[in-house]
Amino acid sequence: MSRGLTPSQTVGPFYWGTLVKTCHAELAPPGVAGERIALALSLHDVEGAIVPDGVLEIWQANSHGRYNHPDDRRNLPLDEGFEGFGRAGTDARGVARFATVRPGRVPWPAGGLQAAHINVSVFARGVLNRLATRLYFDGDAALADDPVLNLVEPARRGTLIARRSGDGVWHLPIHLGGPKETVFFDV
Amino acid sequence: MNEETYRRPSAGQHPPNRFDAYKSTPGRSPGKPAVVLPHSLSEITGPLLQAERLDGLENDLTRQRMAEPLGERIIVHGRVLDEDGRAVPNALVEIWQCNAAGRYHHPGDQHDAPLDPNFYGGGRTRADAEGGYRFVTIKPGAYPWKNHHNAWRPAHIHFSLFGPAFATRLITQMYFPNDPLLGFDPIYKSVPEGARERLQAAFDMESTQPEWALAYRFDIVLRGRNATPME
Repeated sequence: MSRGLTPSQTVGPFYWGTLVKTCHAELAPPGVAGERIALALSLHDVEGAIVPDGVLEIWQANSHGRYNHPDDRRNLPLDEGFEGFGRAGTDARGVARFATVRPGRVPWPAGGLQAAHINVSVFARGVLNRLATRLYFDGDAALADDPVLNLVEPARRGTLIARRSGDGVWHLPIHLGGPKETVFFDV
Repeated sequence: MNEETYRRPSAGQHPPNRFDAYKSTPGRSPGKPAVVLPHSLSEITGPLLQAERLDGLENDLTRQRMAEPLGERIIVHGRVLDEDGRAVPNALVEIWQCNAAGRYHHPGDQHDAPLDPNFYGGGRTRADAEGGYRFVTIKPGAYPWKNHHNAWRPAHIHFSLFGPAFATRLITQMYFPNDPLLGFDPIYKSVPEGARERLQAAFDMESTQPEWALAYRFDIVLRGRNATPME
């Protein structure tokens, strides 16, 4: 029996933060293992202008490279209180901030490991389908061999790589379109 | 590894990213095709939010404030399923909507219609083992939205679902059956004909509560799993 999928619709301009309680900008309570990191993801339209009414979600493995999910059956530690999910709206400057831990590496189905990454979902008014992208970390020696980055034309890979600023925060601009368009994935 | 993956949607089930009649889309849609990503653990896992604590009134939007909100009380219920008709048990279902007058309890909504101090408009529930969920709310109003001359959104309730994986994430909108505004709404019509009709709830006389509330049924279908294992 095959049923038709429920189609996607825009999140619209009037969403969480005020209406729905499930917001998690701080993913890692005290005691969770790993290197503490701060993320600032900015959202931009095709002209480069900020998008102040977007919603960003992140999904990541813990510092051991384990996803808190029953389909990750590997014998690696889970951290109490760390689900790996975050959600935040973009602010008046178009930025969504998260405090988390740097994820460990996870395997690639054909063998080997992926470079450490965070999975990102983008929603906004004017965005009819969830846009999926990834955040990688600048300076990671594993980037060169990452099987997903290697699916992307070299000139565009930089759109997926967060850079650390002087204040220690990892910044990743996400461009919905235009000359700096972020690489989005059909997941 | 022998993990299951999720089927890719066939053409015509979701809206295109750019749909010019919905005027916010050209400035906010990618021009390049998405890079097809084979499914790894990153895509077949996802937030289940099982530790999320829901209080008992979160699925009843008429009992979240001091008194009952104004408007027509309704029951909205259904099941969360996958394409094979299998229940998605324990799924977190989130909804948000405007009040009966067509105004959101949100600072960005400047529509000249009254706020209802007794209606907040956000709800959550967790589907049961069979994927069943149920909300009590009031019927949202239509409202104007400036997309084009005399543009009105048909009454709708926003729905957010995670399903079992990052790959199954879905945000959508539920509409009411045979709403005359549907034919004029570019957001509804962004979904190809043959699929958009699934966004209309069904009036459900069986589930109405006499002397109390009418009922609508809205089943939500998320992506199904592939039968073949990953390489």
